Amino acid sequence: MPNTIALALGGSGAEWTVPAMTLWLLLAINSITLGGLLFLLSAGFSLIFGLMRIPNLTHGSFFMLGAYLGVSFLSAGLDFWTAALASAVAMATIGGLIERLLLRRLAGNALAQVLVTLGLSFMIADICLMIWTGDPVQIETPPALRGAVPIASVVFPAYRLAIALIAVVIAGMLWLMLDRTRLGAMIRAGVDDAPMARVVGIRVGRLFSIIFCLGAGLAGFGGVMGAPILSVYPGLDADMLPLALIVVILGGTGSLVGAFVGSFIVGFLYNFGQALFPELAYVILFLPMLAVLVIRPQGLFGRQA
Amino acid sequence: MTALEVRELQKSFGGLTVTANVSLAVKEGERRLIIGPNGAGKTTLFNLITGELKPASGRIMLFGRDITRIPSRLRAHLGVARTYQIITLFPGETLLRNAVLSLLGLSPLRWNPVVRLDRLASLAEDARAALARVGLGAIAGRPLGETSYGERRRVEIAMALAQRPRLLLLDEPFAGLSVEERRDILRLILGIPREVTIVMIEHDMDTALEFADRITLLHFGKVIADGTRAEVVADPRTREVYLGE
Amino acid sequence: MTRRLAFALAVLVLATLPFWLTNSYYVNIASQILIWAMLALALNVLAGYAGLVSLGHAGLFGMASYAAALSVAGGAAHLTAAVLALAATLVASAVFALLSLRSTGISFLMITLALGQILWGIAYRWISLTNGDNGINLVSRPAPFGISLESPQAFYLATLAAFLLVVTAMEIFVASPFGASLCGTRDQPRRMTALGYNVWLIRFLAFLFSGLVAGIAGLFFLYYDKFVSPHALSLATSAEALLMVISGGTGTLIGPIAGAALVVVMKYVASAYIERWNLVLGAIFVAIVLFMPEGLVPGMLRLWRAMRRARRARAAAAHLG
Repeated sequence: MPNTIALALGGSGAEWTVPAMTLWLLLAINSITLGGLLFLLSAGFSLIFGLMRIPNLTHGSFFMLGAYLGVSFLSAGLDFWTAALASAVAMATIGGLIERLLLRRLAGNALAQVLVTLGLSFMIADICLMIWTGDPVQIETPPALRGAVPIASVVFPAYRLAIALIAVVIAGMLWLMLDRTRLGAMIRAGVDDAPMARVVGIRVGRLFSIIFCLGAGLAGFGGVMGAPILSVYPGLDADMLPLALIVVILGGTGSLVGAFVGSFIVGFLYNFGQALFPELAYVILFLPMLAVLVIRPQGLFGRQA
Repeated sequence: MTALEVRELQKSFGGLTVTANVSLAVKEGERRLIIGPNGAGKTTLFNLITGELKPASGRIMLFGRDITRIPSRLRAHLGVARTYQIITLFPGETLLRNAVLSLLGLSPLRWNPVVRLDRLASLAEDARAALARVGLGAIAGRPLGETSYGERRRVEIAMALAQRPRLLLLDEPFAGLSVEERRDILRLILGIPREVTIVMIEHDMDTALEFADRITLLHFGKVIADGTRAEVVADPRTREVYLGE
Repeated sequence: MTRRLAFALAVLVLATLPFWLTNSYYVNIASQILIWAMLALALNVLAGYAGLVSLGHAGLFGMASYAAALSVAGGAAHLTAAVLALAATLVASAVFALLSLRSTGISFLMITLALGQILWGIAYRWISLTNGDNGINLVSRPAPFGISLESPQAFYLATLAAFLLVVTAMEIFVASPFGASLCGTRDQPRRMTALGYNVWLIRFLAFLFSGLVAGIAGLFFLYYDKFVSPHALSLATSAEALLMVISGGTGTLIGPIAGAALVVVMKYVASAYIERWNLVLGAIFVAIVLFMPEGLVPGMLRLWRAMRRARRARAAAAHLG
């Protein structure tokens, strides 16, 4: 993962002076940033898993494709935020098409659906390679957020702060949607017990489409958000997917709170693990997940199966 | 000798109590019929006896031996066999192979990774005999997919009998069968020697009554009535429970 | 008896391959096919016969490669290294099994995926041990009984010998009572338990067998390239192995072999003409899952039988008409 050093030591594309900041603080900031990005990636993954009971192995590809699309939108002249939103919409559309045209044909066969998502990830990875070639793409942080923000006696890079804030805002919006709207209630019912929800009259099939679109859109948005920090490169999908998997298993499938908490746990584990035990960083990341799978399979916040 | 004794068996799923303080005793060689409306907890009781489910409390005794803690697969070795309400046979295999799999379950041969299963002559013979006992000897070589539903119900019973059980649990063996097929299966069951103790769950009263020595009536997981056939049939509570049927 | 004849013919063709396929490039591809076929056969034991789809098998495969490479680099003889590697792979398989067999289905898939990733992460990051992305080189291929395997032809024949051994072992396994028990646990695990089988132990032992064969494939993979890198343990490799099993058809012996041939041929030969073979591979995967879920080999058989029936029906109609 090429950009982990960059992430650990200060990112790229932005220049700011760092008065007497300890490595720990830097790592903490980067952890929070990564946590925010991971939340954008994992919230959708968690809901898809909770509702459709499949780990969407295309999710990393959604993140990467969204980032690439953002890059193209930017070079077409759109400003950063419009590009990000356009990317989200594009990815939501693609996700919807995948769900309707492919996954729905395999309704009830979870394993087949997982395999299709696996095959699709191969395809999307190659398509991205075809269109955007193999060179990593760096995009610049949006001009408004290029500086640093002093809070108390500490200076925070503005963009990284923004990512964390955006993640919190979106988390809040998602939570409101799930908790207060009828759609949210139906989704929660579906996550709880899909067959029962069908019996009660909930159009679970339509919910699948909505959630898949939402997940893909969020992932795409996250991809663009992350691009100034992680850059966009072939293999980004393979780097992000395992992280989403860990977050969701740790936090509990279908649980928004779990995805939120899990994202930041993984963000911290990743950055501090890299810094302290670079050789065992990956193991540090996966072992808690394995432990959860074995001891408490429903995750920290998930429901008992 | 009491073949099967269940003492104060208790089982709940979440907030729902499916088996409420159930106690019953079946004598060796007896033919016991368990009846009750849907959801009364009859199949759950079978699952507890075979060990597929663990009770919250209570004891299960098999021929005087406490098997409550013994895992399900070992109960087969102690002589418990069952059939299933929904046919659970091995698809894509012949009837013969299905019967062989049943026989293998109790044989140490099942761990053997080198000998050719098809060449084990005595196993095949016993399997054929098991199928013949239910009248399917002639079509032993037929794939399961090419058999009728009635034939498959027979295979279910053959699978259980093949293991020469001491306690046979039949879960709705007549389900989905025509009147004629029911007569045939009943004849089959009545022909099982008294070395085998049989407990049967059934809905079809007409067919099953002929079978039963004693009847246990379950409702909402509780034993409502328990006695000889005549006693339970005459019991006003039986009529009460079945008024809705 | 035609099957025996077909098998004997196939062995003959394969054994004489270096003599009629004179281009060394293609002999090497044949070796590759055999190596990947062994991995596919290994995975098929779980995915096909046990009904447990694993996405972590590359971890066991690559682990054998690394263990052998590291042993040789540490001064061990080839035979010792191979034995150590297979022993290590067996231990890893046992650990994999203990952790993943607590569940089935999608959970099993995810645990094996996670375990495979952990091994990959160790290979990729524990640079002081594994040299990270730079991989480990093997100075020379083993020379059993003093016979050098450096030439493509000699190596091919050695790989073929191992492959035939593996296929024979698989065939015996599948035809045995234990093999039948394993398939039984795939189809009706509840009933199997009620019949007296120890379903967990059956699956555990099958996992060990599967891991051992994956390890053998890993050894030959190392000997072929004389090099191993973390990519051998990646999710992509596990996915390719699964693709081989699924495309060829699970639950048969020919299926995974055919699937391996398909994927390897696509990878090497077709990529000379088609630039983006990953795209093609992914598309084939999706198509197979959607339209021929039983796999290419059974699917093709089904189509062929349907065509024959149609032809017979037409002939009958023409006869009457």
